[in-house]
Amino acid sequence: MSARDLLDLIWIVPALPLLGAVVLLLFGKRIGEPFAGWIATGLVGLSFVASLVMFFAMLDLPSDVRVNVITLYTWLPAGALHVDMGFYADTLSVTWILLITGVGSLIHLYSIGYMHGDERFSRFFAYLNLFVFSMLMLVLGSSFLVTFLGWEGVGLCSYLLVSFWFERNAAAVAGKKAFVTNRVGDVGFLLAMFLIFASYGSLNYAAIPAGAHSISSGTATAIALLLLVAAIGKSAQIPLHLWLPDAMEGPTPVSALIHAATMVTAGIFLLCRAHVFLDLSADAGTVVAWVGGITALLAGTVAILQPDIKRVLAYSTVSQLGYMFLAIGIHAYTAAVFMVLCHAFYKGCLFLGAGSVIHGNHDVQDMRVMGRFRKFMPYTALSMVVAWLAIAGVPPLSGFFSKDEIISQAFLRDDYGLWVIGIVAAGFTAVYMTRLIWLTFYGNERYETVALEGTIIPIVSGGSGEVEDEHGAVATAPSDDDADSDPSPTVSYGDPVATPVGHAPHESPPIMTFPIMVLAVLAAVGGLMNLPFSSMEWLDKWLASSFRGVPEVHPDTFIGGLGLEMLTFAIALCGIGLAYTLYKKGLEHADRDPLNEKLGPVAAILGNAYYYDAGVSKLVGGPGRAIAGWLDRVVDNEIIDGAVNGVGSLVGLLSRGVQQMQDGRVRRYALGITIGAVAALLYVVIWLGR
Amino acid sequence: MSPTLASIHITATYPLTLAALLFTIGAVGLLTRRNVLVMFMCVELMLNAVNLTFVSFANQLNDIRGQVIVFFVLAVAAAEVAVGLGIIVAIFRRRRGATADDLDLLKDPVMDEAGQ
Repeated sequence: MSARDLLDLIWIVPALPLLGAVVLLLFGKRIGEPFAGWIATGLVGLSFVASLVMFFAMLDLPSDVRVNVITLYTWLPAGALHVDMGFYADTLSVTWILLITGVGSLIHLYSIGYMHGDERFSRFFAYLNLFVFSMLMLVLGSSFLVTFLGWEGVGLCSYLLVSFWFERNAAAVAGKKAFVTNRVGDVGFLLAMFLIFASYGSLNYAAIPAGAHSISSGTATAIALLLLVAAIGKSAQIPLHLWLPDAMEGPTPVSALIHAATMVTAGIFLLCRAHVFLDLSADAGTVVAWVGGITALLAGTVAILQPDIKRVLAYSTVSQLGYMFLAIGIHAYTAAVFMVLCHAFYKGCLFLGAGSVIHGNHDVQDMRVMGRFRKFMPYTALSMVVAWLAIAGVPPLSGFFSKDEIISQAFLRDDYGLWVIGIVAAGFTAVYMTRLIWLTFYGNERYETVALEGTIIPIVSGGSGEVEDEHGAVATAPSDDDADSDPSPTVSYGDPVATPVGHAPHESPPIMTFPIMVLAVLAAVGGLMNLPFSSMEWLDKWLASSFRGVPEVHPDTFIGGLGLEMLTFAIALCGIGLAYTLYKKGLEHADRDPLNEKLGPVAAILGNAYYYDAGVSKLVGGPGRAIAGWLDRVVDNEIIDGAVNGVGSLVGLLSRGVQQMQDGRVRRYALGITIGAVAALLYVVIWLGR
Repeated sequence: MSPTLASIHITATYPLTLAALLFTIGAVGLLTRRNVLVMFMCVELMLNAVNLTFVSFANQLNDIRGQVIVFFVLAVAAAEVAVGLGIIVAIFRRRRGATADDLDLLKDPVMDEAGQ
């Protein structure tokens, strides 16, 4: 079998998870736990193996023709718009399918442990498989429309999985918020597709020539900016970022898979796929870069004060995605893809680790009542420490190389403003991650008694024996509010300190720690994919055929590059050092955060995420709702309905008159026919006969 | 054509006039008579008047197509008779009479509500 024959079989990669989703949706209840989980994991694992085969087949092709397009069938033959259901395999999409199926199968495996005992166990895996299928369609689609199909599919799965525990009101609301916010971005995607179709007469990727100069730079700017709107929605960039922190209401494996490793990178993928338009338009590139830079910085500043372990990671994800946008904006596409991969490893590891902590700590997510957990969950702690060093940018771990490449590229392309932003944001990254690690795994123990300011409130230690029901999310969720029987475990900035669990946490089962450790290893060595030395930039070379015509800038000298990298590392060290000094002893009083005290009045602004969410709620809930109400009452009810009803009554009035003729008398009908015939005859004889 | 008939020298005017007469009788009968059976016979009369014109023109213009159409008309008329007579018989069984003006079931019911 030649390489191309193998690549023609790429449809198998998405077909396997689809099979899993269908089987589990139809027979999931009957299959039950844990086989449903194993089926789902196995199929995604097989899909990963298939992706590996595709990878090697692609490697086998000469490096300048690494593209293989197949068409399964005609999907929409609608006049000039002809869309095929087909797959576009190039180095970019193959990179993404490896990521999706690889990290995806690890997270599936983890979920078997995490979702143990959940009443909707098999449905969870059905959704997860459906998500993997949609995401694979997104990256493999041969045209913008097939990608859009996957785009909507992942949006749907995100909605279903964020509000998976829909008994909690907060989860249901968060799912809706994610869905609605993404709709805003989808409008951009649709408009971009209209423009592309108008310019090229096709939506196929193959129809858009590399370095196309067939369209004006104005059109290219418009298309690029509309695609950016789409990407901002999906990848949670400012100003549409607000859904991602709330999406943490979903089960933690979902946060890891969808809201850190894969789905949120769909925006990056889309911009990479459509990089032609960005190459044609310098303005659009500048906008993308600044959106990314500002997001990276602002989200980083918000993350440093969040008390909830998952919310820190959520804001961190927003911030890291900002780096990737920054890279795309300065046309450093390979750097963006490199960061996507490394980010998937270390953020996947961090989320799974956080899930393990939450799992072991009986669903309490408040870091203020954790501390010194490394004693009880050594594997989780070790893995998370590795991922922490990676994300903070400590060499030689993956985060150092990936983030540093973006920051140096900004410098080398003379975007000094973005370069400074990148460096400052890297400092914030180091601060909030160090804070997370110290509050969770080091410092003082706060799970039994919690000291509030001035007073010590002893909590009756869990002397009532072992808590056997360690997985019962509902049973063990600490609640001091009987009215809300199933409250959300999420803690926002300014919320009161959660009730400590009262006894020591436990390490998660091996089925959960194994994927965490694999991801930790990947987070450690992921940087090897693209070392900043010539001839070792393997990812660069691999992706070169997908990013043809995009010049990469390399540092003039090895020393110059090294100097840049050392500066970034120094900033990271400062951040780590700062957080370490503040949190090395943990929290003396659980409700007093040292960093919060230091920041004074600024703290409230940062902690509340610049009041952006509240402001949007106020704007949409107040004037927005009023406008919508006015539109409903006046425009819809009176103008539109009035017009429709008016036409109806007019026709009714007219028909009153005509109706008289239908009296059911055969002779009158016959008379009518006769008169008509005579009239027609007269017309023929008199007028035409002249 | 036989010599006797040829000597009479019939032009197309005669049969066409006859056909027009027959057609008018049929049409007037259809509009004035109330008995469905008689109306039906009037329709037949009109059909055959038309047949007559077809045949006359076919003869005059020496074109066989006029006669061909007559066969079609006959076939349709035969079918129509079968259906029409069937309906008339059904009406007679049900109502003991067949006055066309009584058979107004197909009229718009709204008019009844309007008091007509």
